[in-house]
Parts: sequence; C-alpha cells; structure tokens
Amino acid sequence: MAKKITQKVKTPMPLVDPDVRRHSFGEVATGYSVELARQEASRCIECKNMPCVAGCPVEIDIPTFVRQVASGDFDGAFQTLSAKNLLPAVCGRVCPQEDQCEKLCTLGVRFEPVAIGRLERFVADYASACHLPVTCLSPTSHVTGTGRKVAIVGSGPAGLTAAADLAKLGHSVTIFEALHKPGGVLMYGIPEFRLPKTIVESEIDKLTGLGVDIKTNHVIGRMFTIDELFNELGFDALFIGTGAGLPHFPSIPGVNLIGVYSANEYLTRSNLMKAYRFPEHDTPIVRGKNVAVIGGGNTAMDSVRTALRLGAEHAYLIYRRSRDEMPARAEEVEHAEEEGVEIVLLAAPTELLGNEKSRVRAMRCVRMALGEPDASGRRSPVPIAGSEFELEVDTVVFAVGQGANPLIRSTTPDLPVTKWGYIVADPATGATQKPGVFAGGDIVTGGATVISAMGAGRRAARAIDAYLHRLPARGHVAADVFIST
Amino acid sequence: MPRILAKETLAPDVVRFWIDAPAIARKRRPGQFVIIRTDETGERIPLTIADADPAHGAISLIVQAVGKSTHKLNRLEPGDTILDVAGPLGQPTRIEPGMRVCCIGGGIGTAVVYPIAKGVRAAGGSVAGIIGARTRDLIILEREMSAVADPCLVTTDDGSYGRKGLVTEALRMLLGEGYGFDEVVAVGPLPMMQAVCSVTRPLGLKTIVSLNPIMVDGTGMCGGCRVTIGGEQKFVCVDGPEFDGHQVDFAEVAARLRAYREDEAAAMDRYRAEIASA
Ligand SMILES: Cc1cc2nc3c(=O)[nH]c(=O)nc-3n(C[C@H](O)[C@H](O)[C@H](O)COP(=O)(O)OP(=O)(O)OC[C@H]3O[C@@H](n4cnc5c(N)ncnc54)[C@H](O)[C@@H]3O)c2cc1C
Ligand SMILES: Cc1cc2nc3c(=O)[nH]c(=O)nc-3n(C[C@H](O)[C@H](O)[C@H](O)COP(=O)(O)OP(=O)(O)OC[C@H]3O[C@@H](n4cnc5c(N)ncnc54)[C@H](O)[C@@H]3O)c2cc1C
Ligand code: SF4
Ligand code: SF4
Ligand code: FES
Repeated sequence: MAKKITQKVKTPMPLVDPDVRRHSFGEVATGYSVELARQEASRCIECKNMPCVAGCPVEIDIPTFVRQVASGDFDGAFQTLSAKNLLPAVCGRVCPQEDQCEKLCTLGVRFEPVAIGRLERFVADYASACHLPVTCLSPTSHVTGTGRKVAIVGSGPAGLTAAADLAKLGHSVTIFEALHKPGGVLMYGIPEFRLPKTIVESEIDKLTGLGVDIKTNHVIGRMFTIDELFNELGFDALFIGTGAGLPHFPSIPGVNLIGVYSANEYLTRSNLMKAYRFPEHDTPIVRGKNVAVIGGGNTAMDSVRTALRLGAEHAYLIYRRSRDEMPARAEEVEHAEEEGVEIVLLAAPTELLGNEKSRVRAMRCVRMALGEPDASGRRSPVPIAGSEFELEVDTVVFAVGQGANPLIRSTTPDLPVTKWGYIVADPATGATQKPGVFAGGDIVTGGATVISAMGAGRRAARAIDAYLHRLPARGHVAADVFIST
Repeated sequence: MPRILAKETLAPDVVRFWIDAPAIARKRRPGQFVIIRTDETGERIPLTIADADPAHGAISLIVQAVGKSTHKLNRLEPGDTILDVAGPLGQPTRIEPGMRVCCIGGGIGTAVVYPIAKGVRAAGGSVAGIIGARTRDLIILEREMSAVADPCLVTTDDGSYGRKGLVTEALRMLLGEGYGFDEVVAVGPLPMMQAVCSVTRPLGLKTIVSLNPIMVDGTGMCGGCRVTIGGEQKFVCVDGPEFDGHQVDFAEVAARLRAYREDEAAAMDRYRAEIASA
C-alpha cells in the first residue's frame, strides 16, 4: 500500500557555510542527524517493484535499509548495507546517486527521490561512531580456507571489493598497491573536504580484519610482472584494478611551465601527500593567487575547490562546452559556485605564457560555440575566430581526462588491450583473454565511478571463484619469501 | 619496513646506505631507482639503486644531503627503518653484450653511473670511466669505479686531486688517444651533461644521460616528471630516467627543478631550527 506523501523534496543536507568552508579542508557536508535521517527515510513509499535497487551497481537492498532507518534500527540498516557494500561511508558521499539508485526511485517521477545516498552515509557514519561490528564480515561467517591464492593489483574501489568478496569465499587474498597508502583515487584523488581520509582508512581496515594482506609500495610490472605473480609467487588467479591514472596534457605551448599541473599531480600533492599542510608535511605545492582549472568533470571540480582552499583569490574553471554538458555532479558545481569558483564556459586555452623564471603568468584562451552533435551525441565545441582573450594566472591545472597506465600492458605482452590501452575484459565476468587474469574498474572502462568500479570488482570476484573451483588441484605452493619489503 | 643494515660516509654530506630489501635486490637492474619516504609527514623522493647484493637481500643507496628530505634520511643509522621503499622503478639501462662505453660521473652522479658501468662489465663489455668533482673531498666511488673501468680517470675543478679540469676535457683526451666508444653515459649536474653532449654531438657519438626531475608517485600517474625529448613529452619515471642526451631540452629540465626553490629553502631552515632546538 502506497503511503501518503507529506514531504515532496529531500530533507536538506546540512552544509558548512560557504565563507567558512572555502578556506578549510574540513568536510563540506556535515551529514544528517538521527532526526533528519528518520524524517528522510520515512519518505520512502515502499513501492512494490522497488526500481531503486536496479540502479545500484552493487544491488543494495535499498527499501529494507531505508525502512530500518525510518524505524530507528540503525544497526539493522548497517548490516543490510554491509551485506552488499564494503564501502558505504564512501559511496554515501561520492556516488552520483542522481544517475543511479535515486534516478529510478518512484518518488522521483513526480517529486524529489528519496535521498538514498545521504541515508547510506548517515548509517555508515552512525555505525562507525558507535563502533558497530560488521557481522557479515566477521570471522565466524568465513568459509573454510580453499587454499587458493588470489592477487589483486591496485587497491582502488574495484580491487578492494574484489578482495573482500574473495576473502569471504575463503580464498587467500593479497593486494599489491603501488603507492604507500591503499585506496586508489579515494585516497589520492578525491579531496578531504568531500571524503575525509580517516573514513577511507577505516573502511579499508575492515579488509585487514577479513585477513586480506595489503602490500603497499609494490609496483606490479616492475617489482613482479603478471607472469611472475603466477609462476614465482604461486598465485592461482589475478585481478587487475589499476585504474585510469595516466594524465593527459593538451598539445599547446607552455604546458611544461612551472605552476602547470595535471589534476592528478595537484590532487596527489594535496591529498595523499598533504601539501596543504606544508611545511608540517614536507611536500610542497604552488599556492597560486590566480588559478585556472581546465575541464568540467569531478576531477576539475575537486581541483578548483582545492585551489580555493590553498588560498587562491581567483579560482577559475574553464570549460569548453556549456553548463548542460558538464560531466561533474550538479551538486558539486553548485557547491563550487557557492564557495566562489568562477566558471568560464565555452572557452579553451590555446597557449600558456611564462615569465623569465619559466613560471606560468597568463593563459591565452579562445571562445567556443557549440556546433553539430558529434558521434557521442554531444554538441562539439568550435573555436570562434578572433575571440581570443588572456587571463592572468600563476597556476594552471589540467583535468582534461586520463588514459591507461602502460606499466602492466608493456610487461604483459599476451594481455590484449584496446587501441587506447585499456584492458579487454568480459563486462559480465571481468575475464581477460589471458587465463586466470581478470580485470575491472577504470582500467577496463576508462574513467567512470566508484560504484561502477566496485560492481566490476564484485562480478570479477564471482567469476574468479568459479574459475578457482574449476582449476585442477595444485601440488606445491610457492613460498611468500620474496614479498618481504 | 626496510631496515638500514649499514651506513658509511663517502664525502661531506654524502652517505652510502645498505638497506634490507630482498625483493628489490633480486629484481633491480642497472639504471633503476626507488622512491622512498622516511616518515609519515615525509616527501616521496627518488634515489638510484647504486648497487645490490641479491644473496643478502640488500640494496645500496648513495644520498647527497641537499634539502630537508635528504638530510632527514642521512641522519638515520643502522638499525633504523625507512617507512616506505618502492621499486625498482624506471627502465633499466639498455646494455648490449660486449659494448664499449665511456661512463662519466659528476659529483653525486657517479652513484648513478657506477651501477651502469658495473652492468656493462658484467655483460662482457668494456668501460672507460671518468669521475669528476669540484674538489678532492667530493670524489666518490673511485675504488668501485676503478674495479670496473679501465682506464678510470679522476678530474677536479681545482686540481686538488687527479687531473685539473672538467670531465669533458678528460673525455676529449680519451677520444684524442683513439679510444673508440659505442656510447657515452654521462650523469651529473645538468650543465655537465649538457657539456658532454656538446662534445659528442658533432662526432655523432651516442650519449645517454640520466635525468632527475622532481617526482611524486614514480608510476606515471602524475606527470610531474615530464620532460621534452626530441620535441615529444616523456615521463621520466616510466620512460626514463635515461634518454638520448642529444634530444633533451636541458633548459626546461633545469627550470622545472627550480619549481619549489623558496618552499624548499623555508623547509630546510625550519628543519635546521628544529634540529638545533632538539
Ligand atoms: C579527482 C577525482 C574525483 C572523482 N570523484 C568521483 C565521485 O565523486 N564519484 C564517483 O563515483 N567517482 C569519482 N571519481 C572516479 C572514481 O574515483 C574512479 O572511477 C574509481 O576510483 C576507479 O576505481 P578503480 O578501482 O578502477 O581504480 P583507482 O581508484 O584508480 O585505483 C587504482 C589503484 O591501482 C594502483 N596501481 C596502478 N598501477 C599499479 C601497478 N602497476 N601496481 C600496483 N598498483 C597499481 C594505483 O596506485 C591506485 O591506487 C573521481 C575520480 C577522480 C580522479
Ligand atoms: C631518478 C632519480 C634518481 C636520483 N638518484 C639520486 C641518488 O642516487 N642520490 C641522490 O643523492 N640524489 C638522487 N636524486 C635526487 C634526489 O631525489 C633529490 O636530491 C631529493 O629529492 C631532494 O630532496 P630534498 O628534500 O632533500 O631537497 P629539496 O629541498 O627538495 O631540494 C634541494 C635542491 O635539490 C633540487 N631538487 C629538488 N627535488 C629534486 C629531485 N627530485 N631531484 C633532483 N633535485 C631535486 C632542488 O632544485 C633544490 O635546489 C635522484 C633523482 C631522480 C629523479
Ligand atoms: S551504493 Fe551508490 S548507487 Fe548503490 S544505493 Fe548507495 S548511493 Fe545508491
Ligand atoms: S524506489 Fe524510492 S520509494 Fe520506492 S522503494 Fe526505492 S527508495 Fe523507496
Ligand atoms: S613521478 Fe608522477 S608521473 Fe613520473
């Protein structure tokens, strides 16, 4: 029976005042209180066909957890979430819900959908504040060890999810991560003010609790090749979740001037290396007064908001199409503008100009008009002749997309990749054409979302489990002695 | 966490460490480097793997204290651990069996050129070595280089040891004496590498240099280490660190190395004050 709808819009999320937060790396959205959460949860009309579930790539039982929140059973809600999602505190914050679960919510047809993401975040934060145990991950629910060893390459959301699922199935799982901290983009890319790093760390700690061994500082392709993981280290199967981490720079003059960054470098310095806390932390970053970020996606938004927090007087976002085409989440664009980001639409840089010290001092841009729709259906920007203008800048950050890192493909010649270098894998199973090797997340799809990477990790884990069960029994297991740094 | 097994001072502010890192010791090849971080607030800094002892699972790093991170590192003692050591990184040196190479090291660059020289010898090649420094105290690895290079010439700018003059003069002399090289490998300060290239370019003598831009991840993810080689963009951490010296845009490398001058100086001053008050 459908309930009567009393509140047509989402319960608003409490936010820190823009004038305060533009100078702070503290979290922007502070989260629902118990009252707000129960109020929002009670908006769910518990519709019979629950279309929301189909919108969630990891198939969270949304109606059940929302009902549990409404009734104040937060522990129950947390167990419902955790049964399907290893990283609810992360997804509740960064999932593009408006394109996923919430997009399909029945309520959304006439009103605003249930704020599923905000509720998910509330439950996860509540659980962590009260130290609720994750029963579905507790050791008692473990299956007995299968004696099979699986290596996971990369500790982003894809790798973490695959690792958790495989460990729960009783396999012995080792994650190899190139950087000194696990988490992938969650750790080095998405800033503190949107996703506090302590939250990422505590979500990842659950994995260690499951017996997953995380080896940081292990660059696969260099320290061990894929073949060595099989032949020398005795792994039975392998999942590659190395992400799409190769930054692109446009071919315009001046991109190598000082003060010009890829978004990856800018964000890595700030997030992973904590350059915003220089000099207590040793890694420096150029703190520009006039910063231009080029791009229109989440990465660009994160970079330009970081620039403000590093002290920029003007933080420009330069995007070559119009607002409608911006791939960033609407909510993030709104937050950025509230904080004072100046958005320059329909413009693109043509040249960066330097001073006598090779530091960038200005950016020459050209205005764009939208032309005919291209193959992707988006209207492509066309430069308007004679419309050039100059912007005074001392820092430029390019967030114009990224590609596939060559480290693994160049050391694994029999692993087929697309012409852009992404690994070719079956979308349903993650299986590549190399026996025992599975892949998923951004290294297969190109830059996508946290939750789609997690979905890929989950599907691959299922397929890897099936593969391991088909594998003939093995005589000897190589020792772990070489993985000792 | 990798433990420091031994430490030895080679020159003022230059220290050789032996570090327990069995997997890296087994895997690394000449020309490769590691990225290390000494502590939780530390920076990621690249250091060449100067030597390895696979049997004992150890690698050696030779570190010149130039700023805060390298000073912090050089204060560590045997028994201490280094928080993070990632590697081996970068492309190994291309070594052909039996090749004839002139290996030139300037200052701390000798630590980078030595493993290459040793690798060339191990592959049945022949090495002529030239090591140079401003003054006698700064010459490092003379014994090690002499063991793999014949001849092994030493130059100092002030003439306090070996020949007075620059490494390029020693190179000219060897070439004048009729030494034939398939390749020159030069590693040292940028002006030195540039000077070597200007000697070899007119002769069409292939010259490899090792570049040392500022790095962060060392895996090709940030692009901070980008350089221009023959007009093309390359990432030193994955495509290098060695490149054809005749193709390198040295001025750009030099400029980019100065990106954080003021910040580095401030960090160093602060660190000195901390040490002094401790
Ligand atoms: C700045 C930014 C903001 C974003 N914001 C959002 C958002 O709000 N919402 C959203 O849903 N998505 C967002 N995304 C996209 C999302 O983060 C990615 O789609 C997702 O992280 C991909 O997960 P992954 O597991 O495939 O790879 P990644 O998260 O990229 O992780 C890959 C890991 O593999 C490691 N690795 C790479 N090569 C090797 C190797 N050779 N050996 C060992 N380890 C290796 C890397 O160091 C890294 O830790 C954002 C992305 C960026 C860059
Ligand atoms: C592939 C590679 C191999 C290297 N091998 C060695 C080695 O074997 N032994 C060794 O002593 N050093 C080596 N270096 C240089 C070493 O990484 C730097 O000296 C170190 O990062 C400086 O850090 P710092 O905090 O002590 O100095 P900072 O205070 O950061 O800098 C001090 C001075 O060094 C310069 N500098 C800053 N960062 C770097 C950098 N990454 N590389 C070079 N110069 C820099 C600055 O311009 C400044 O003038 C190597 C560099 C690379 C890229
Ligand atoms: S994980 Fe993402 S898509 Fe799934 S329910 Fe949560 S917010 Fe929605
Ligand atoms: S679609 Fe919306 S209203 Fe229906 S069950 Fe899901 S969250 Fe509730
Ligand atoms: S150091 Fe980041 S790409 Fe080379």
